[in-house]
Amino acid sequence: MTTGTVPTQGRDTAVASTRGFVAYRGYRPPAGMLSWALHRITGLGVLLFLFLHIVDIFLVGYGPETFNDLLFLYRHPAFRIGEIILVAGLYYHAANGVRIILIDFWDQAAQYERQLFYAVIAVFLAGFIPTAILMVRAILT
Amino acid sequence: MSAPRVRAGRERPAGGFELYSWYFFRISGLLLIFLAITHVVIMHVINTVDEIDWNFVADRWGSPFWRAFDWLMLFLALLHGLNGARLAIDDYVSSRGWRVFAHSVLWSAAVIFLIIGSIAVLTFNPEAFQAASSAMGS
Repeated sequence: MTTGTVPTQGRDTAVASTRGFVAYRGYRPPAGMLSWALHRITGLGVLLFLFLHIVDIFLVGYGPETFNDLLFLYRHPAFRIGEIILVAGLYYHAANGVRIILIDFWDQAAQYERQLFYAVIAVFLAGFIPTAILMVRAILT
Repeated sequence: MSAPRVRAGRERPAGGFELYSWYFFRISGLLLIFLAITHVVIMHVINTVDEIDWNFVADRWGSPFWRAFDWLMLFLALLHGLNGARLAIDDYVSSRGWRVFAHSVLWSAAVIFLIIGSIAVLTFNPEAFQAASSAMGS
């Protein structure tokens, strides 16, 4: 009966008629919200690792035996994977941080918020892909 | 400049501690991009955890440059990160009791980690251990 105006939620709902798995558009946060959430998650994640890292480097003062004995932790495959995730988080946080500063100090940048987010993703991938390849190669050899 | 405008970060605070924190967040962030990415490339890509051990650190900290580099990075990264955690606490923790608890933990962590980190970077003396091991060897 009500076939009248359906409230539109912006251009993201425009292609909702496609069938199948890709038809599920779901809730898609705007670029600003997604970048903000990722920024906070990666930031807190890197901070968590920083605490661990300060503790491990503190042990260097207890001599070679103590320090080297604990390195088995960082050489464990699970930690090597975690190390790559850490680098991903750090790179994203750095790239998006530049975007935040640009928008804060440069009035025109605010108009290009979405484009800047795509630029952040591009910069992140350009940095992370070569780094990840080198790190994975180091694990495998 | 009266029209409301988009901001990616939080609005610039009017003054006081929050304004210093706002500027510190951004300036330390810019410096950390250089410091942390240099650190990651040298310690996780060029070298890996397979090469890095106590001797590696002892060699590296033989240079005052790397000690200064690492201490500056420690100082900026810790305060930058804890400032972020402080803003997260302000966002999510609203009851008075939990806020007091969260901020106590935060500031204690700041003091404790800054102290043990500084002790590690600034007071490390590899000769003490090298002398001991060569004395044992002879």
